[in-house]
Amino acid sequence: MSAEPRPADFRRASTAALADGPLRANFRRAMDGLMAKRAARFADPVEWRDLRALGAAIRARTLARLPEHLVRLEARCRENGISVRWAETTEEANAIVLEILRRHGATRVVKGKSMVSEEMHLNDFLERHGIESLESDLGEYIIQLDGETPSHIIMPAIHKNRGQIAKLFGRKIRDAVYTEDVDALTAIARRVLRRKFFEADAGISGVNFAVAETGTLCLVENEGNGRMSTHVPPVHIALMGVEKVVPRLEDVPPLYSLLTRSATAQPITTYFNMIGGPRGPGEKDGPREVHLVILDNGRSRMHADRALQATLRCIRCGACMNHCPVYTRIGGHAYEAVYPGPIGQLVTPQTEGVDRRADLLEASSLCGACGEVCPVGIPIPELIVRLRTEAAAPGGASAVLGRGGARHRVESLAWRVWSTVLSRPRLYRAAALAATRLGRLVPAGFPPLSAWTRFRSAPRPARRSLHELADDERIPDA
Amino acid sequence: MTDASSRPRAVFYFGTCLVDLFYPEAGLSGIRLLQREGVRVVFPRGQSCCGQPAYNSGYAGEAREVARAQLRRFPGEEPVVVPSGSCAGMIRRHYPDLFAGDPDETAARAFANRVVELTEFLVGVLGVRLADRGAPVRVAWHSSCHALRECGVDRQPLELLAQLSGVTVAPLARDKECCGFGGTFAVRHPGISGAMADDKAAAVEESGAGVLLSGDAGCLMNVGGRLAARGSRIVPRHVAEFLWERTRER
Repeated sequence: MSAEPRPADFRRASTAALADGPLRANFRRAMDGLMAKRAARFADPVEWRDLRALGAAIRARTLARLPEHLVRLEARCRENGISVRWAETTEEANAIVLEILRRHGATRVVKGKSMVSEEMHLNDFLERHGIESLESDLGEYIIQLDGETPSHIIMPAIHKNRGQIAKLFGRKIRDAVYTEDVDALTAIARRVLRRKFFEADAGISGVNFAVAETGTLCLVENEGNGRMSTHVPPVHIALMGVEKVVPRLEDVPPLYSLLTRSATAQPITTYFNMIGGPRGPGEKDGPREVHLVILDNGRSRMHADRALQATLRCIRCGACMNHCPVYTRIGGHAYEAVYPGPIGQLVTPQTEGVDRRADLLEASSLCGACGEVCPVGIPIPELIVRLRTEAAAPGGASAVLGRGGARHRVESLAWRVWSTVLSRPRLYRAAALAATRLGRLVPAGFPPLSAWTRFRSAPRPARRSLHELADDERIPDA
Repeated sequence: MTDASSRPRAVFYFGTCLVDLFYPEAGLSGIRLLQREGVRVVFPRGQSCCGQPAYNSGYAGEAREVARAQLRRFPGEEPVVVPSGSCAGMIRRHYPDLFAGDPDETAARAFANRVVELTEFLVGVLGVRLADRGAPVRVAWHSSCHALRECGVDRQPLELLAQLSGVTVAPLARDKECCGFGGTFAVRHPGISGAMADDKAAAVEESGAGVLLSGDAGCLMNVGGRLAARGSRIVPRHVAEFLWERTRER
């Protein structure tokens, strides 16, 4: 296999992103638009509150009995003629996909959008094994042409503006005339992709909702490429994380409505595919084989913790990113992870280890905007704090990967001193007296203070504390 | 509004560590605003911090000991008024979790239920009517994220400002976006935090306001500090101090 990749470096990447003016402008413009459109789509606060409560309840109750629903899904899918395979790791999932493709001698694959396939780094894997894997979602197609990864889970090429896409097409697509006209650019991609759908030996897609009671795979999309990828080639392989199951068909409409309105502010998408199985006897179209690969990749570990289990409620709408003041300023690539933004700050450290990705956990002001817009009520800020606590834990066992691995000796000592002083009234008043008389809390040049003064004037303690003013004014003590 | 029977005769005041050390005049102004309504204000000495900095940094044990010390300073059942949405939110929303399974859990829950943010108390419980005595001024209002999202305090400060005839509240671009303070976030990721503070400072400047008001000391220190570094002459003020200074009888 390939060499160990360079370790993720959020600090370096986010610093570079902050200095990239056009990138920041692209994100700011796009996120401002998305936030305004979403707000208009959920204009009725009561309807929003009720629908979100329903969505959260469906997801929470599904997760509470996840294994049961998955077993049922598998059985129903098999009855429908869909073969079901389980993968604990992304390596296993890749091997399963490769095995299916090899069995059919497939060399050309078209793909619908799938974040699970990004987890698997499936395109790279297939290319290494001599199989062409072409992204057919327009945004995914654009970034694949440029050798990039998605910067947003719904709008993977949102970091690029029209001019950048025009230049890319002119450079990479044969016979493409340079144009910045959006319809013309779309037509160029459409011309390339249309041919590929008919030539492909297999199609690969994600899954938005997998219905346990009927064995139906639901796919939400806008471009028709999802339908083409899953319908035209003779073999369809669907990829899903274990959390994507919903118990009943009636669970789908509320989640679908929450998803489209939260993601792109659409009341409904252009396409909603419900895949019930391969082509039946006497049917004239549809794939001859449908395979479902169900991936764990750390999800069972999230599921094992009662609070962190809420991470798996996510329906991948991206609203948390759109509303995140950090994401808006640095974009998705800076996170150096498959899932950027607030939900990624939960998923990535739990998948890769809270010790290895403590930098991501720190990159939140805990403003709460993500939790406020999450359509399934994931308490994202609270869970970020929980993972910070896991990362800094002094020891003890837990389901969280890398627990205690980011505990810093000097920092933990500093918090111990802080706690000692602030929990002892006399000590606190003595320290407060010193701070007000000296006019500072910490010596100049002390790292936290110098980080602060890079952008701001230094705060100076008042000459007399509120305690002293209260004494002067004879405000009664308890 | 409120009837006399529901008005508490006395309240406790939790000043918060930032107000105690950096904005004591704002703290005292909050006490004055309450006293003027005929409420007896008790300020327990030796109170310090709600514990939020350590809690948010992942040091729950250290945060709990500081929080426990506060529980001891606030006996009784009177409301605890806090001139900060962030600290009020910490106590109200997070003490129950922080003390889950701890011998002080019941006390922590009781304490959490007593906590009210200052403007929320002035408007919702006391129903104050203010008479403006100050010169005309244009102000920008910045709500802290925790006041907004953890305490549900959004309209109350604006209702108080609307009572002041000489005060115009300037519309602020992206008024509900975080200013980038986030406690230790500001020093752990200074670049990102600084970019957020800079955008907020620029929006305040563009609003044409002469004064920046907030109900949270952390935001004031952050945006005020950025405004100063940009060479701006806009004055950062805690809303309690601003309200008191404009309405006090001289």
